[in-house]
Amino acid sequence: MKQIAAKAAAGRAIDNVFAAAHGRLPGSGPVAHIRARAFEAYERAGLPHRRIEAWRYTDLRALIGAVLPLAPQPDAVALVRAAASVKQAAVDQAVKLVLVDGIFAPELSDVGRLENGVDVRSLREVLENSTDSAIASLVLSTTTDAMISLNAAMATDGLVITIAEGKALKRPIQIVHVATGSLASNFTRSYLQLGHGAYAAVLESFVSTEGASGYQINDATIALVGDEASLSHIRLAADAADAVNISSGIIAVGARAKLDLFSMTCGGSVSRYQGFVTLAGEGSKLSANGVNLIRHKQHVDTTIVVDHAVPHCTSGEKFRAVIDDCGCSVFQGRIVVRPGAQKTDATLTTRALLLSDEAEADNKPELEILADDVTCGHGSTSGALDGTLVFYLRARGLSEKDAQALLIRAFLGEAIEEIATENLRDFVTAQAEHWLQARR
Amino acid sequence: MALLEVRDLHVGIEDCEILRGLDLTVNAGEVHAIMGPNGSGKSTLSRVISGKPGYQVSAGQILFKDEDLLAMEADERAAKGVFLAFQYPVEIPGVTTMNFLRAALNAQRKARAQMEFSTPDFMKRVREVAKSLNIPQGMLKRGLNVGYSGGEKKRNEILQMALFEPSLCILDEIDSGLDIDALRIVAGGINALRSPERAMIVITHYRRLLDHIVPDVVHVMSKGQVRKSGGKELALELEARGYAQFEDAA
Repeated sequence: MKQIAAKAAAGRAIDNVFAAAHGRLPGSGPVAHIRARAFEAYERAGLPHRRIEAWRYTDLRALIGAVLPLAPQPDAVALVRAAASVKQAAVDQAVKLVLVDGIFAPELSDVGRLENGVDVRSLREVLENSTDSAIASLVLSTTTDAMISLNAAMATDGLVITIAEGKALKRPIQIVHVATGSLASNFTRSYLQLGHGAYAAVLESFVSTEGASGYQINDATIALVGDEASLSHIRLAADAADAVNISSGIIAVGARAKLDLFSMTCGGSVSRYQGFVTLAGEGSKLSANGVNLIRHKQHVDTTIVVDHAVPHCTSGEKFRAVIDDCGCSVFQGRIVVRPGAQKTDATLTTRALLLSDEAEADNKPELEILADDVTCGHGSTSGALDGTLVFYLRARGLSEKDAQALLIRAFLGEAIEEIATENLRDFVTAQAEHWLQARR
Repeated sequence: MALLEVRDLHVGIEDCEILRGLDLTVNAGEVHAIMGPNGSGKSTLSRVISGKPGYQVSAGQILFKDEDLLAMEADERAAKGVFLAFQYPVEIPGVTTMNFLRAALNAQRKARAQMEFSTPDFMKRVREVAKSLNIPQGMLKRGLNVGYSGGEKKRNEILQMALFEPSLCILDEIDSGLDIDALRIVAGGINALRSPERAMIVITHYRRLLDHIVPDVVHVMSKGQVRKSGGKELALELEARGYAQFEDAA
C-alpha cells in the first residue's frame, strides 16, 4: 500500500515538473514530439527501483523519492558565484565550456580559444533551429532506461561538439557543470562527434557553488567516435554532499577507433554513472576505468555495459572503490559479445576496499557471450586493508592514517595510471589526494 | 642504564600464552643473539617489542631508554629508534621503494621534531647506502619489494636500517632464504651498522649467521622464556647438542 502511494506520489511530482517546465524546454515541432514520446516512456516506468534488474542496487524510489522541479534560469548573481567554482575546477590548458544550473554560460566559457576544426554549439541553439527530425532524434537518443528518457524529455541545454575529420585537438575540452541552487533539478545533454581519425580529450566536471544543496543532476552524453578516431573521456563528479547525480553515456566506437573512459565520483549523496558503449566497428578498442571515493552515507553506483557488436574488438575495464563510514558502492559491469563477434578480447576487474565495518560494496559482473572464439574474463574482490601491510608501514614510522593513505593511494593508482594524458592523470590524482587529506 | 629492559613479560594471542615471564636486558653497543626451537616465542618477542597489534600483554613491562614501550604505537616506537627487520618483508605494488623510504624517513624525522630531508639530500643518502649494499638504482624505482628475490628483500630491510639509523635493531631470521653470497652481503651491511650507541637483537635458528655477525651474548629461548644466556660459545654448544636439553628443563 505504502509502495503504491509512493509510486503515485513520484508520478504526480514528475507530472507537475514536466508540465511546469514545458515553456522552458527548447525546440518545437519534431523536437517537441520526441520530448513528449520520451516523457511518455519515462512515465510508463517511473523512477527506477529495485525490481528493475539494472537498478537493483540503486533504488531511486527509496533513495531520492521524487524528481525535483527544474532549476530556475541562472541570474547574474548565480553566474558570478559559478565563476568562482569554475576557476577552482579548471584544468590547466583546457578549453572550458560551462553549464550553470543546466544552461550554457558563454560568458564563463572559452569559446574564443577553441581550435580550428572544432564546432561547438549549445544544445538549445541546435534544438531551436532544428527542423530536421533526424538531427533531433540523434541528439535526443534514448534507450530503454527511464532516466535517459527523462533526460531527453527535460534537457534544457548542453553542448553539441563536432570535431572535424583528421583533427587532433592539442588542448583538452573541459565541460564544467555548476549547480548554484537548492532543491532543484538540472537536466543537461551533450552530443559529441569525432570525425574519421580525429582525436580529443574531453573532461567533464560536476561541481557546485557554496551554499548549493539538495539539487539533482540528470546528465546524458551521446558520443560517436568515428573510424580510426580516438576519444579520451574523463568525468569527475564532485557534487555537494547532499546532491544527486545520475549521468548516462551512450557511446558508439567506429572501426580501429579508440575510447578511453575514466570516471571518478567523490561527492554527492546518491550518484550513478551508467555508460553504454558499443564497439561498432572492427578493431576498435575500449579502455574503461574509474575510481569511486565514498564516505559518510554516500551511495555511488558505476554501471558499464560494453557491447561487442563486431569481431576483433578489445575492451579492458579496471574499477576501484574505496568505501569508508556507512558508504555504499555499487559496480555493475556487463559485457555482451554478439553472435559473430569473434576474436573479442574483454577483461573486467573490479576491486572494493572497505575501510569500515559498516561500509558496503555490491559488485555484479555479467558476461553474455554469444560467440565461440573469444577471450573474456572478469574478477571481483572486496576486502579491508591488509593488516600486515599496515603494520609494516607503521613499524617504519608512518601513523595509522598515513599508512592507510599510502595503501589507498597505491590501490587507486592501479586505475588512475590508465589515464594516458599526463596532466589529466595528475589532475585526477590531485582530486583523490584531496579526498585522502580530508580523511585525516 | 640498559637500552632495552624486558621484565617478566607475559604475552598471549587469543587464549594461548606464548611468552611466559621473559626477561631480557640489552645494553647499547651490544649484539644479542636469540636462538631457540620453532614455536619458542622468538618472533612474538620481536613483534611485541615493535608494536604489532593483536597480542595481549597480561603482565610485565618493556622499557626502552627508560620509557614504557608498551604504551606507544608502532610508529612512535619507530620514531624513538626501534627497528624490526621483518622475516617476511611485505610487497606493496603501486608504492615505489624510493617513495616509501622518503615517506617513512620523513615521518620519523617529523615525529622527532627534526627537519625533513630535502629531496637531493635524501636521494644522495639513499644512493650511497644502496651502493654499499649492492642494490641497483633501478630496484628503488619499482614497487616496494615487488618482484624482489628473497635476498633483495632482505637487503632492502638492511637499507632501511642504515637509512633510519635506529638505536635498537631487531633482525628476525634475516638469514632465512639467503644463499651464501647474499648472507655475506647482508651480514656485512649489519656489521657496518654496529656502533657503541646501537644495540642489535639477532633472531636465528642457525649458527651460520653468527659466524658472520659475532654476538656478545647468546640467549636460548624455549616455551616463552629465556632458558640460558652465555657468550658466543653457547651457539656452538647448541649446534652440538640441540635444543632438547632446554625443552626438558621447562
